[in-house]
Amino acid sequence: MADWVEACAVDDVDEEDVIRFDHGGRTFAIYRSPDDEFFATDGYCTHEQAHLADGLVMDDIIECPKHNGRFNYKTGQAKGAPVCVNLRTYPVKVEAGKVMIQIG
Amino acid sequence: MTGMTKKRDYSLVGESTRRAIETGLASAEWYHTDVSRKAIKELMQRSDGPAIRDTVIWIVAILASAAGGIYFWGSWWCVPFFFVYGLLYGSSSDSRWHECGHGTAFRTRWMNDVVYHIASFMLMRNPVTWRWSHARHHTDTIIVGRDAEIAVMRPPDLLRAALAFTGILDFRYSLPALVRQAFGKLTPDEKSYVPEMEQHKAVIAARWHVVIYIATIALAVYTRSWQPLVLVGLPRLYGTWHMVMTGLLQHIGLADDVVDHRLNTRTVYMNPISRFIYWNMNYHVEHHMFPMVPYHALPRLHELIKHDLPEPNPSIWHAYREVWPVLLKQLKYEDYFLKRELPPTARPYRGEFHDVNMSAAAE
Repeated sequence: MADWVEACAVDDVDEEDVIRFDHGGRTFAIYRSPDDEFFATDGYCTHEQAHLADGLVMDDIIECPKHNGRFNYKTGQAKGAPVCVNLRTYPVKVEAGKVMIQIG
Repeated sequence: MTGMTKKRDYSLVGESTRRAIETGLASAEWYHTDVSRKAIKELMQRSDGPAIRDTVIWIVAILASAAGGIYFWGSWWCVPFFFVYGLLYGSSSDSRWHECGHGTAFRTRWMNDVVYHIASFMLMRNPVTWRWSHARHHTDTIIVGRDAEIAVMRPPDLLRAALAFTGILDFRYSLPALVRQAFGKLTPDEKSYVPEMEQHKAVIAARWHVVIYIATIALAVYTRSWQPLVLVGLPRLYGTWHMVMTGLLQHIGLADDVVDHRLNTRTVYMNPISRFIYWNMNYHVEHHMFPMVPYHALPRLHELIKHDLPEPNPSIWHAYREVWPVLLKQLKYEDYFLKRELPPTARPYRGEFHDVNMSAAAE
């Protein structure tokens, strides 16, 4: 059974933005969409080792800061070169002002 | 000075490649000037407005100069029109290719893609292989054996660099490369940076380009006129000089095998016309440090981080005057490079990261 882990407070993430969350030797990216929903993916781009939390959130897209590779952070889908491999996503819930992610 | 000069191997599957990977120079962590998340987020914001405006101006200017060239065809009056046409076709297409390849020119993805493909065609560049080679250029900027876009290798071939202004060398490489790729053949270098799952796309793109060139040649033969070729294809020769003039300055004469863009990349202040043609890529250190920032925001980024960067060259002319003696010295001693001074407000270069090369800079 995967654990729910507290990633951050709701207010830690601006609307249409992303922050980095490190846990258990792994790095995740926590997103807040323009319609105020939260999502989580692996923190590194699947193309090369770059922190997605340094990238740009536009609508439902996260753009990697290194080569501008784009993913849909809600589904993890890679949107074209230079990213070809989808991003892993994680279930997210908000409880008492905290963003929780389920890490498998 | 050391006498330990080692011949650089610029192939992407050779000795330098192996060494770059073993020493951690490949896919390394690069120096970045500290900028707050808030500030960089603001600078990264995309909008379609500036690029639509500039693209409309660009296309109208291309069509108008082509129309003038056609109208005055056969008289000397066509020369100034083709001068402008060539400049827009053979040079400004490079910056459009570059910025749209990054996906930063427009906010809307398909707009970036359309302009990217048109500009790739103008430049005789395979849009697939070049997208990947440019990604590598950003990962491993001027890392010998890794970067596929090192314009002037060491020791510098000055004749080759001079000929680049005519476009002849690029033309001689690009057209046969497209034909080769159209037949499904990618070189080992190309295969080293284009993932296998993308390689078939490179072949398809090359075939489209070749078909258009064959159609253009057929039209020229049919009409018994050079005009179709002067409009499609040949501007890559007669209009490429500005792209080379500005593009060479990006890294020439500076350090290689370092992980700090302040050491291997140059920012040059340029006149407004060159900046329009070049889409602000004269702010090149800034672009490499923060490739997510669109071209129209680069001047603002420059203002924000210039305290941490070497003083920009005040003009294109000044930059070439600075580069020339460096190239001459590199003919005799290829490890020599220009180490640019940082202002007192900057964080110092991390010499321990670049021990081998730092000792090679004479000044």
